[in-house]
Amino acid sequence: MYYRIVDKLFEHSTRLLALSVLILLGALFVVLFQEAKPAIDAFGLHFIVESKWAPNMDIFGGWPAIYGSIVSTIIAMLIATPVAIGIAIFLSELAPPWVAAVVGSAIELLAAIPSIIYGMWGLFYLAPILRDIWGGNGLGLATAGFVLSIMILPFMAAITRDAMKTTPDILKESAYGMGATRWEVLKDVVIPYVKSGIIGSIILALGRAIGETMAVTFVMGNVHKIPQTIFAPATSIPVTLANEFTEADSDLYYSSLFYLALILLVISFTVIAAAKFIFLRKIEEARA
Amino acid sequence: MNRQNRRILMNKVVMTLSSLAALAGLAFLFWILGVLLYKGFGALHWDIFTVDMAPPGREPSGLRNALVGQLLLVVGASVIGVPVGVLAGTYLSEYGGRHGKLARLIRDISDIMMSAPSIVIGAFVYAIMVAPMGHFSGWAGIVALAIMMLPIVLRTTDDMLQLVPGSLREAAIALGAPKYKVIMQVVYRGAKVGMLTGILLSIARIAGETAPLLFTSFSNNFYSTDLNHPIASLTVTMFNYATSPFEDWIDLGWAAALILTLFVLGSNILGRYIIRTKKGK
Repeated sequence: MYYRIVDKLFEHSTRLLALSVLILLGALFVVLFQEAKPAIDAFGLHFIVESKWAPNMDIFGGWPAIYGSIVSTIIAMLIATPVAIGIAIFLSELAPPWVAAVVGSAIELLAAIPSIIYGMWGLFYLAPILRDIWGGNGLGLATAGFVLSIMILPFMAAITRDAMKTTPDILKESAYGMGATRWEVLKDVVIPYVKSGIIGSIILALGRAIGETMAVTFVMGNVHKIPQTIFAPATSIPVTLANEFTEADSDLYYSSLFYLALILLVISFTVIAAAKFIFLRKIEEARA
Repeated sequence: MNRQNRRILMNKVVMTLSSLAALAGLAFLFWILGVLLYKGFGALHWDIFTVDMAPPGREPSGLRNALVGQLLLVVGASVIGVPVGVLAGTYLSEYGGRHGKLARLIRDISDIMMSAPSIVIGAFVYAIMVAPMGHFSGWAGIVALAIMMLPIVLRTTDDMLQLVPGSLREAAIALGAPKYKVIMQVVYRGAKVGMLTGILLSIARIAGETAPLLFTSFSNNFYSTDLNHPIASLTVTMFNYATSPFEDWIDLGWAAALILTLFVLGSNILGRYIIRTKKGK
């Protein structure tokens, strides 16, 4: 009898704690929506396309921040994707096993470095160099995109390599046996086989990049305008939150920041869910 | 040029480009690591561990309060996040099953939570804890970090428990053991090493988070262990110091960055080492 009660108790408490993940995610959406409600009532969906952000006049528009998030992420992806795929090819097909092991571990370790370090490097080392090249103060979407690309590079390279590794050796060996070169094996066997895995990895990295705060806060410049060029100071959703959250002095200001946070959550949720459900499902099933 | 040569040339071109990409990517990453080591070790001195933060220009100045605060936050988050994550992961693996509907849903949702923007978690905790309480607090920081930690611990526990062979469970059940005893005394023991590694890696992961702490635990210039009040952390201090115009503060920021990175990388290397020695057996 005693064991039966404890047994049930154990099962139900583990179930409850497992459900807490679902409750948390639900609460996340509900709370952000509630806090954003005044701004949603005041500006509606027009908030998304309004580009004026004037706290002193209680006018808030999210477009500069949304624009900044999107553009800096696109820049980051344009730089990081080819390099990450290059690294993955190098690691899975080219490098001798010991080099692949050493470099592979190094890349996985670099993926663990806190993102704020990338931000500090960007501010003190990259920005001055870019300033000399492009003029201005070296802060802006291009700098932020560049720092982001370096930050997601290890993560992206590691998961792309893992995806490539799922190609059965026998397929590659068959192609080599018919006299294919390495590039032909890659192009006609490996990449078609792991295509959805690679796309999924790239989108997953995109999801990380768009929500990243610390790597870009230092180098964005925090200016609430649509910049004339990508070399001019701008802002993004996480940067706005990080810089202005503790300064919000009116209710509408505070609520507009939550509106931005909600938009960011919806974007990243959609992106990550798409990566997972559309592209990565197959790999997971292959692994299980 | 005949077809044969063109194929070989094409192959060489692509392979060279990939190698160059790998080289360039690694060069940047090692540049960052090199900068960190150079600036960090240059700024490191004994005062950092024994003296609290001081106004710019004043000597001696250190990071003792931030180190202590960071430790409290990370330990606090682990005390909440690890048991909750382990038990929730136990449900997924032992009760929910590999293909159970609810278990799969929870797995998917935690994977998404793992990549959720950390600053949004910070804003969430601000709304549910800081705003009602009226002030920033160490507890709010702990809750924010624990929320980040939960899905990571949950997924690694789930994965590690599933690696324990079913025959071990069946043997214990055949001896008449109730399920919770099977789990605690057989399954957990079988998965001990993997679970420990997962926990270690999740601690390393949250230790480097800044964004969720910016408006939860905030910062504090003084030594404090009171979790009801704002508390200093290494990461927020790095953010404040690196964006300040003061040379000595910036140097301290690099020292904090080095200490944090050494901790994070050390935990990662230790985790890998444990897994590897286990596999070797």
